[in-house]
Amino acid sequence: MMLTARDVTKRYATPAGAVNALAGVSIDVADGECVALVGESGSGKTTLLRCFNRLVEPDSGAVSVDGADVRQANEVELRRHIGYVLQEGGLMPHWTVRRNVELVPWLIGLPNAGALGTEAMGLVGLTDNSFDRRYPRQLSGGQRQRVAMARALAARPTVLLLDEPFGALDAITRSDLQEMFIAVRKQRPVTCVLVTHDLFEAQRLADRIAVMRAGAIEQIGASLDVIGSPATAYVARLVEKAGLQRLERHP
Amino acid sequence: MRTALALVLAIALAQGAPRARPIVVASKPFGESYILCEMFAQLLEARGFRVDRRPGLGATEIAFAALRNGSIDVYPEYTGTGLLALLGDTTRRTPAQAFTHVATEFRQRFGVTWLPPLGFENTYAISVRRETAAQYSLRTLTDLARVAPSLRAGFTADFIGRHDGLPGLSRAYGLTFREVRPLLAAVKYQALAGGQVDVIDGYSTDGLIARYDLVVLADDRGFFPPYQAAALVSVALARDDPRAVATLAELSGRIDGAMMRALNRRLEVDGVAVGTVSRDALDSLGLGRPSRAATGAAGTPTGRISAWNSFVHQIVDERGALARRTWRHLVLSAVSLAVAALVAIPFALVLERRRRLAEPLVRVTGLLQTIPGIALLAFMIPLVGIGIVPALVALFVYSLYPIVRNTYSGVRDADPVAVNAAHALGMTPTQVLRLVRLPLAAPTIMAGVRTAAVINVGTATLAAFIGAGGLGEPIVTGLALSDTGLILSGAVPAAVLALLVDVALAACERAVRPKGL
Repeated sequence: MMLTARDVTKRYATPAGAVNALAGVSIDVADGECVALVGESGSGKTTLLRCFNRLVEPDSGAVSVDGADVRQANEVELRRHIGYVLQEGGLMPHWTVRRNVELVPWLIGLPNAGALGTEAMGLVGLTDNSFDRRYPRQLSGGQRQRVAMARALAARPTVLLLDEPFGALDAITRSDLQEMFIAVRKQRPVTCVLVTHDLFEAQRLADRIAVMRAGAIEQIGASLDVIGSPATAYVARLVEKAGLQRLERHP
Repeated sequence: MRTALALVLAIALAQGAPRARPIVVASKPFGESYILCEMFAQLLEARGFRVDRRPGLGATEIAFAALRNGSIDVYPEYTGTGLLALLGDTTRRTPAQAFTHVATEFRQRFGVTWLPPLGFENTYAISVRRETAAQYSLRTLTDLARVAPSLRAGFTADFIGRHDGLPGLSRAYGLTFREVRPLLAAVKYQALAGGQVDVIDGYSTDGLIARYDLVVLADDRGFFPPYQAAALVSVALARDDPRAVATLAELSGRIDGAMMRALNRRLEVDGVAVGTVSRDALDSLGLGRPSRAATGAAGTPTGRISAWNSFVHQIVDERGALARRTWRHLVLSAVSLAVAALVAIPFALVLERRRRLAEPLVRVTGLLQTIPGIALLAFMIPLVGIGIVPALVALFVYSLYPIVRNTYSGVRDADPVAVNAAHALGMTPTQVLRLVRLPLAAPTIMAGVRTAAVINVGTATLAAFIGAGGLGEPIVTGLALSDTGLILSGAVPAAVLALLVDVALAACERAVRPKGL
């Protein structure tokens, strides 16, 4: 499934005046590829991500999923077929883990929602069926993000949008979940767009990195290329701050 | 629409209205009015009429509004009140001129009939303690004006506000008191006797003036108009039942000042039941012999006994009546609350989708909340009469705000991350509302219902002022007759009921709280 954005712009009216969240961004994500959008907060990376499932409607430009303009699609239908993971998990606090995971298959009306739920929970490593009856409140942060990931995968989407999925976790849990993500991608060839402010995470999980700044893409390329040869002083500074130049010297 | 809704409810609730309506006899909430009402009722019953008693209606405006729209058929009123409070006419007149004037004016303006006066006047009696009178040598209101700046006055709210009350009196005599305190009629005599105030507005036929050995100051400039008591008769009764009107007119000219004072004294000082006082009075006039024993008005006091004994009597011996009133109270509260919830929750859900309108509209329902209870009931009478319908409408109005406010806030502020995720995963707006916002807001909504319920149960005591019954009934009667035990026999169960309702709804609140929260 290929994702494309062409000259996409988006302005937000804020009390301080209009803000250019996206100033003419173009990007292509190939089938099965994982592209990380990296940048500081306010760089437009989440806005761009949300254009792909129409949580944000661009002011101009075109966004398409698998060659079809998203504006032609029914937004609710579109979202049901695109997996989405939020930083804070966004689990329904009043539902059990099981019901959360089966949400999207149930929304679509798939008859095998239960089996799909079990499969998705297996993918993210929640094999103990005691999770079924537990509520999000009773889980650790890492477990909650695993559930969120399972929920995003349950309907077997071919596209997965991830908005800082592991941003709020401690370093060890974060690393565990990154490994889980890598394992999932091996079993499920899914096209991913991953928003993160962590360049290290980006190079670990993504095939390509797009560095965004002030609503535009500063540099895009294979992960190691971006880190090895920053195109601008800004990217170089990002790389330096992430402590990744050492990684380059001692691969 | 609200009116129609309330009507439907009332019909569903009513105990099967009889085809030929009984004659509805009412009174205002003070002892003398209760006695006259009961005498009208017993006399009519003695002649074979069916009678419905509605004693203790709010105040002049409520009783008269109820008479005008035919909710009641007859109640005792005073010519001076008709002249000043209802017609706003301050022209000085003799008693005979005053009667002729109100009789003519009321017939022309409202179609309402004044029967010939009963035979006594009950004017305002500005009263002081005997020692105050002696200390300042007070005999007249002119004397009072001289020393008023060093005296504290305790007047009923009615008197403080009326043309023929304090404002007019102050102008006529140049009165300025050191302090004017609004007092309930029920406590003004005790307040005067206890020395908390020095001057009160009594009624000249009050039994308590003699009981407390007070000095009534003469109205030497003739400020107060003549207050002749007479039966005020509705358009419908005068038109449809001349025989009933003729029966009521048999009392005209039969009750003089001395007799009325004695009757008031029996009721208010000796604590004899209003039914007994009235029956004896009719007997002494040769008009008695009711076809059946008079049952007496609800919450009739049973003798001048201690407040505690009176309270115990009402709670223990009259438990049947207590149970009936509690049931009525509960029905009033439950029905109005249920309808309010059925209206307020969907309304708030609509507001959540129209956020621009939401805050102003929520504030409007809040504004309804600030209308004083008795005023809201009074507004309602011209629209829906007295009794259970306006009570339901008023309680409905009072229950709206807490439910609308909590529902709106609860749904609007439902876990934003969960709501965001719900949209992102492809829920329709309706699904987001039904599956996410509503369940997450349920405890907040229920808390609003709970707040509304407690307010509602408390406010429902006011329903008695418009004849809707409930636990307010003994409160109204007790206030009119200065019977603390009777007041408590309504107030205590009402408070207990409010507590129980709160506890029960707290359990509901826990029950609707989604498990994972």
